[in-house]
Amino acid sequence: MTIAILTGLMLGGMYALIAMGLTLQYGVARIMNLSYGEFLIAAAFASHWLFTGWAISPFVGLAVVVPLAFVLNFAIYKLLLTPLVRRAPNRDALEVDSILATFGLTFVIQGSMLALFGGAYYSYSFLAFPVQFVGETVAANRLAALGITILLGLALYLALTRTRAGTAVRAVAVDPFAAQLVAINVPQASALTFALGGALAAAAGVLISTFLTFSASSGVVFTMKALIVVVMGGVGNMLGCLVAGLALGLSEALVASYVDPGLTLAVNFALFLAVLLVKPAGLFGRATR
Amino acid sequence: MSAKTAGLGVGALAALVLLAFVPRLGNAYYLALAISLLQYTVLATAWGMFSGPTRYVSLATTAFFGVGAYTVAVLGEILPWPLVLLIAAALGAIVAAIVGLSTLRLSGVYFVIFTFGLTELIRQLVVWFEVNKSRVLGRYVFVDITQADIYWQLLGLTAAVFLLGWLIARSRLGFALRVIGEDETVATHCGINTTFAKVALFTISATVMTLVGAIMAPRWTYIEPSIAFNSMISFQVLIMALLGGAHRLWGPVLGAVPLTLLFELLSARFPNTFTIILGCIFLLIVYMLPRGVAGLFEKLSTTPGGKTTERVAA
Repeated sequence: MTIAILTGLMLGGMYALIAMGLTLQYGVARIMNLSYGEFLIAAAFASHWLFTGWAISPFVGLAVVVPLAFVLNFAIYKLLLTPLVRRAPNRDALEVDSILATFGLTFVIQGSMLALFGGAYYSYSFLAFPVQFVGETVAANRLAALGITILLGLALYLALTRTRAGTAVRAVAVDPFAAQLVAINVPQASALTFALGGALAAAAGVLISTFLTFSASSGVVFTMKALIVVVMGGVGNMLGCLVAGLALGLSEALVASYVDPGLTLAVNFALFLAVLLVKPAGLFGRATR
Repeated sequence: MSAKTAGLGVGALAALVLLAFVPRLGNAYYLALAISLLQYTVLATAWGMFSGPTRYVSLATTAFFGVGAYTVAVLGEILPWPLVLLIAAALGAIVAAIVGLSTLRLSGVYFVIFTFGLTELIRQLVVWFEVNKSRVLGRYVFVDITQADIYWQLLGLTAAVFLLGWLIARSRLGFALRVIGEDETVATHCGINTTFAKVALFTISATVMTLVGAIMAPRWTYIEPSIAFNSMISFQVLIMALLGGAHRLWGPVLGAVPLTLLFELLSARFPNTFTIILGCIFLLIVYMLPRGVAGLFEKLSTTPGGKTTERVAA
């Protein structure tokens, strides 16, 4: 029982991290990014490449991959998504357009990764030794990943609530139109937040690559789980992300160890539906969108 | 107006009769190509029937296609063919109704998210069932159906879909959907039962997709979940419908025919980079042709013809 809960918490922490990037992109920049998981897997491949090619530890790799992802996502927002933002007459139209554009992007990135790495599953052995933790044996890499996740989440939370830039970002999330009235450069804030979300996805990708096997086509699953967590927690809500992520991870681990590992996705969806039926705005969301 | 409608009907009937003779040409390659063309025409038109007027992007074409194909794989040898098709259609309708009822009451995003994961969900459930309950993964389809039979069934389904789409567009349901697509709040205030209208049309469209999957299943002799639930189909159908213009009944065909031919060429020529090319084509369409070829025609023709005025998308 303890091991199932521990696994669930570690998994859930990871889901929360994955979803934080997406909730920034969707909640603030208003871009429903369906290619989110592809960026995550691309970072995982980058980490794999750095580790096996240059023996660079993934934790050092973070310092390379994450800034790179930030710049790349910033460029994508400026080049690909800004035209859509300009074209859209209202938020719903932007939503449809961004869904379509990022769906197309998914296939471009996935196809590139398939061409580069093939369809095989990749993994590498990093910190793969057992350690004792609250009386149970767990893999050191998972524990280390959880530690970094907590650090990142805490840093993000403090940045959003304690700094001037973070307050501006939250203002845009609440009302992009009114935010302009208090001299916030909304396009700039949106672009930077989108890039920050991409950077978080990359961080999650690097961390995941240390303990999970991944392939060029596994991005879709991560996108889906991130979307589910974001909606469950309430769009743009960090605390919601954490709670929903943990709930998802726990339920998955419990079902995998007590019912059947083949049914984890079904549990995800069941949880998602249950929340939608009871609280359509998400656990911590406001009543109106 | 009725003379024009009659003329259109006669023209469509003539085309149908003419197309029915394609298998008589005796060329297996052309027949296979014609089957692909019809398959994507039906799928894209069915997609456009729901997503066109409501503007809810459905990413679950594969899920329904796969349900149909897998139904045939399981029941194809046990039951007579018409009954198998009927069961497949019923299954597709039930899945669509469940998905629709649980997500279409809410905003469009939840629907998109759900359809995005639906294929993976159903695939995982089928794998789980096959591994744990029936203990077979991968099934052989041995039914007495030739390529020509598949073609004729698809042709019949194509005709049925267009007739159905035409009837719906002229009915109260079609009108309600166009109002919903323009402004859902207004639709509610007009007394339109928006949930019913959306779920009904989503179910109809999904049932057609399921039938296509069931009809196409005998084409493969071996089916396993990864073949039946191949997400490329969702993507290709979406591209076709968008290129043609999903807001018109005849729009998706304009995308399905050229793109099926193009994909045929590309997948043979560039098997490794096919996905990348596909993604790029799709992005081009989203950026350059947001209203599709049909929208382009409308912009070019300054004098709206009778057919256009009749179904102006409000």
